[in-house]
Amino acid sequence: MRVLVTGATSLLGRHTVEALLERGDSVVVFQRSESGLDGVEEHCGSITDRATLDAALAGVDGVIHLAAKVDPVGDWEDFKAINVTGTANVHAAAADAGVARFVHVSSPSVAHGGASISGEGAEPADPDQTRGHYSTSKAIAEQQVLAASSAAMPVVAIRPHLVIGPGDTQLIGRIVDRAQSGRMPLIGSGLALVDTTWVDNAASALVAALDAAPDVAGRAFVVSNGEPRTVHELIARITDAVGIEWSPRNVPARVAIAGGAAAEAAWERTGRDGEPPMTAFGAEQLSTAHWFDQRETRAALGWEPSVTLAEGWLRLAAHHAFGG
Amino acid sequence: MTTADSADRLPPADLDGWDPSWSRLVDAPDHTGELVRWHMLDNGPTDAALTVLAVHGNPTWSYTWRHLAAALPADVRLIAPDQLDMGYSARSGRTRRLADRIADLLGLTDALQLSGDVVVVAHDWGGPVSLGWLQAELARTDSPINLVGLVLTNTAVHQPPDASAPTVIRTARTPGILRRATVDTTAFLRGMFELSNPRTPAAVRRGYLAPYDTAERRAAIATFVEDIPLESDHPTAATLDAIADGLTGLGDLPTLLVWGAGDRVFSDLYLHDLESRLPHADVHRHPSAGHLVSEDIDVASIVVDWIAARGAEPSDATDASAAPIDLTERLRDPALADRVAIREMAGAGTSVTFGELDDLVQATAEALFGVAAIAPGDRVALMVPPGIDLAVALYACWRMGAVPVLVDGGLGPTRMSAAMRVANPDYLIGIPKALAAARTLRWPGRRIASSALSSPMARLLGATDDLAGLRRRRAADTLLPTPKGSDEAAIVFTSGSTGPSKGVRYTGERIRAQVQTLIDLYDITPEDSLVAAFAPFALYGPAMGLTSTVPDMDVSAPGSLDASTLLDAVEAVDATMVFASPAAILKVVESIDELDSRDCAAFDHVRLLLSAGAPVPTHLLRTAIDTVLPNAEAHTPYGMTECLPVASIDLTALESLDTDGLDEIGVCVGRPAPGVDATVSPLDELGTPTGQITDAPGTLGEVWVQAGHMRVGYERLWHTTHRASPAGGWHATGDIGAIDAAGQLWIGGRTAHVICSPRGPVAPVPIERAVDVLDGIRRSAAVGVGPPGAQVVVVIAEVVDAPKKPQQSSLDRLDEIRKAVADAVGLDVATCLEVAALPVDRRHNSKIDRSALAEWALRVLEGGEVKAP
Repeated sequence: MRVLVTGATSLLGRHTVEALLERGDSVVVFQRSESGLDGVEEHCGSITDRATLDAALAGVDGVIHLAAKVDPVGDWEDFKAINVTGTANVHAAAADAGVARFVHVSSPSVAHGGASISGEGAEPADPDQTRGHYSTSKAIAEQQVLAASSAAMPVVAIRPHLVIGPGDTQLIGRIVDRAQSGRMPLIGSGLALVDTTWVDNAASALVAALDAAPDVAGRAFVVSNGEPRTVHELIARITDAVGIEWSPRNVPARVAIAGGAAAEAAWERTGRDGEPPMTAFGAEQLSTAHWFDQRETRAALGWEPSVTLAEGWLRLAAHHAFGG
Repeated sequence: MTTADSADRLPPADLDGWDPSWSRLVDAPDHTGELVRWHMLDNGPTDAALTVLAVHGNPTWSYTWRHLAAALPADVRLIAPDQLDMGYSARSGRTRRLADRIADLLGLTDALQLSGDVVVVAHDWGGPVSLGWLQAELARTDSPINLVGLVLTNTAVHQPPDASAPTVIRTARTPGILRRATVDTTAFLRGMFELSNPRTPAAVRRGYLAPYDTAERRAAIATFVEDIPLESDHPTAATLDAIADGLTGLGDLPTLLVWGAGDRVFSDLYLHDLESRLPHADVHRHPSAGHLVSEDIDVASIVVDWIAARGAEPSDATDASAAPIDLTERLRDPALADRVAIREMAGAGTSVTFGELDDLVQATAEALFGVAAIAPGDRVALMVPPGIDLAVALYACWRMGAVPVLVDGGLGPTRMSAAMRVANPDYLIGIPKALAAARTLRWPGRRIASSALSSPMARLLGATDDLAGLRRRRAADTLLPTPKGSDEAAIVFTSGSTGPSKGVRYTGERIRAQVQTLIDLYDITPEDSLVAAFAPFALYGPAMGLTSTVPDMDVSAPGSLDASTLLDAVEAVDATMVFASPAAILKVVESIDELDSRDCAAFDHVRLLLSAGAPVPTHLLRTAIDTVLPNAEAHTPYGMTECLPVASIDLTALESLDTDGLDEIGVCVGRPAPGVDATVSPLDELGTPTGQITDAPGTLGEVWVQAGHMRVGYERLWHTTHRASPAGGWHATGDIGAIDAAGQLWIGGRTAHVICSPRGPVAPVPIERAVDVLDGIRRSAAVGVGPPGAQVVVVIAEVVDAPKKPQQSSLDRLDEIRKAVADAVGLDVATCLEVAALPVDRRHNSKIDRSALAEWALRVLEGGEVKAP
């Protein structure tokens, strides 16, 4: 199979490309600048630009669409341009190019208000409920591509929950940075249970979804390791693996959420670069439970995670020991 | 006369739980012959095999039957009219008395051409109306209706002599208040919700209030209240009396009484009045549900199950045997006459021989029957600690056919009170402390002191007599009645550690079978003698023909036995058997050093140590044998108040269990006892027993048992009995487990505590056993968190260095726990929360309420406040 992977330079993108290559697929990658990955056909461009997309899609059988704007803060128009319009673009170009299957990488937050989730399945995306520009734009994008699923090009949406692994700059990187500078408090009790997805498992789930697409067309699945852990344990495991001393300091959840909202406003007002130390959405995510019923996902995709969290922490520690 | 306002109104379509398609309008002549328009709930089936006619009270309407309408099977029709001038039926402005309402209802059912099999269901003053209707139908020779069942919920047909009229009704009837409370305002209507427990949700209140939004529409609420005949010359008094008297003629009509005992209008007294008029009725009484009983508990399911079960073998079946039975026959054995039956260790160390005990029992039975006028079948609560007085009272009850009610003092006052209200004993025989509690807590039953009291003290305790005094006054030629094997012979209350205490009913035949099972199971012979430090078995020594004693301890506090008290007791009767709870055995083992200076030779004669009442660790039994009772075989019976024993296992067998046993299921409790059948009903993925049974070894399921010595049913809990009595004569134990290839039973916890993981149901006990042996863990509970089927395992552990507030285990301990649990049952553990103490029941200090812990864990693990469980 010839597969186009958009956003291939992200952690999950790189692992997905490796998984495809390993099983003998030929891989085309598409992102803003050279990926530097071995064994792939490189295409650079923006998913907002139809012409470069068309070139990349020539002869492609399947698409795994990972490219997205994932920042915690930013302008709505930017999120919309990349996550909504860009996704529609990729989908339309793929359909026109005669692609036979389309895996859209989404997020569990597309169906999420502020309440705890304990063991639920994948609810429908709902842009009216979502918190933050990222989730809202992803919810709209998912609704659009799933609605456009067809017999000619079945679409399946995969929502991996908190993808982590060696080299992760999103979650692990932030935790390590903050813990090092003594700015990693526990929001609330730190005992909310949260699902994570080891990056290898997320990648294999995307590949499985590509294979299963004709059978599960138009559906969305949350993917995780199926080993929910408390936020406290996650931070402790990560800091332990990378060899940082961390002693938890509790901040009441309400204070953190209010503080996050204030920081976001300050960042927006002053036009500061980078991201605020905490956002309201982030604080809420860290103080409520988010773990999912994986039975349907596993049965429908014919997929099981192969890397347990215990194995993952060892890999993370090894990665750091060897100067990763 | 029908006002324009009411003629066309229908219930708002969006009322909570109400289906607008149920609304039906019917014109029928009322008692005056005038055509009036009824609104009724009609769920629709036209070719129904059965019709349920449901009649509401005041101030409700057919809304009160919405749950029933939704729950009935498709081939059962529900007709629930709104009484005239009530609900959405027409407003006539007429005052309708009870007799009028009965005639009105007859007019409606005639107009509907109601025919065929009919079950009547009623609530509140719908009771008298429907009962009047029912009696009129029965009196008709040409009635097309075949009455096949009657369900009454919180209602009344008579003011019991020892009850004053309900305060709510008396207040509402006060001149000047009536109209203001019922018509001018919605005070009476809303007052109804104050009688609810738990609180009625706002959406449901709206439903009840909907038809009564104007004073004009509320007019009949007042006339309904006025029509309650509190005075004997009231125009409705004669009608109601006739209805009440007529109930005795309904002995062939299957009847169910569903009662919320938390009702401050119709208290237990009204239930007991109805029971006395309908002695054949099935009764389901909920201890705290209020007046609007079908809002507070799931009455619809009870009624649906009862309707389906009518005609089938009643689950609460009494034994067929009508042969006479004498549970006291061993006392009469001439061979035992001079042998010591009971020796008391407390106080003066009194003892009685079998001959003396027999004389005392005979005299007491004659006194209870002839002087105290206790009749066979009357219930007598016995609140006397184990010893001669208890044996005398118990065996005297059995000899004359009274029914002893046994409530463990370890339950504590609140649960004891609840138990006494369930059993409603006619008499209470007790020590002064029990009589004082009975007086203070207003327990039912005439009070009799077990030992002689001074008269001021007797007055203070409200005791009418004492046993010795009664015996002195008995006539010499008293002829005692002869109890039958099928007669009720005991009500024993469960420990109630995971819910309210239930009264378990036994017949004489079943008690005799229980005694015989113990004899067969443990090869008990007349050569044996018994130290009983465990309450239930302390009673059976005389019935087994054994010399017995109770150590000088508080049997409801097992920890009060120590090595030297045990040695005293063993020496006193030269015991060959010791029955004790694990907590008592632990205490004995811990205090064995205190015996350094004493000669412990008497311990060498003990051949059997029976550890009962709670799970017992093997190593504790081993220590007890090695250090205390060197020649004894240690046995642990498994069973429950409803069936004891079910199975038994000895220490040697426990220590030599195969490694290919069912460790992933739980603990081995041995092979079923003689005469006991055991099987399992496999669980579905949500942890609910499927109702099928299987003999396939190793299948996890709910354990079902049957035996000649199992319970008959639960007292005043028809539905509970029904659900615990699957077809085939089984008792569904509520325990989960499996049977291995060798026929041994393995138990893994309670069905309600099963963890419904994505891999299927998993028992908590094997997880806990794997965790309990880890360093630093005192004991643990494993619970499922999340929706059934997707649950993750969470361990809650009591640890050696208890944290001040609950906290997560260290990473190292989490690793250990995850490894241990993965090895034991192959499941991931989401986390382990360490707490200072696990919540346990008071009686055994060992039964952990895992359901409550699971709810607590979910709150904590969703980021809620972290308080001790």
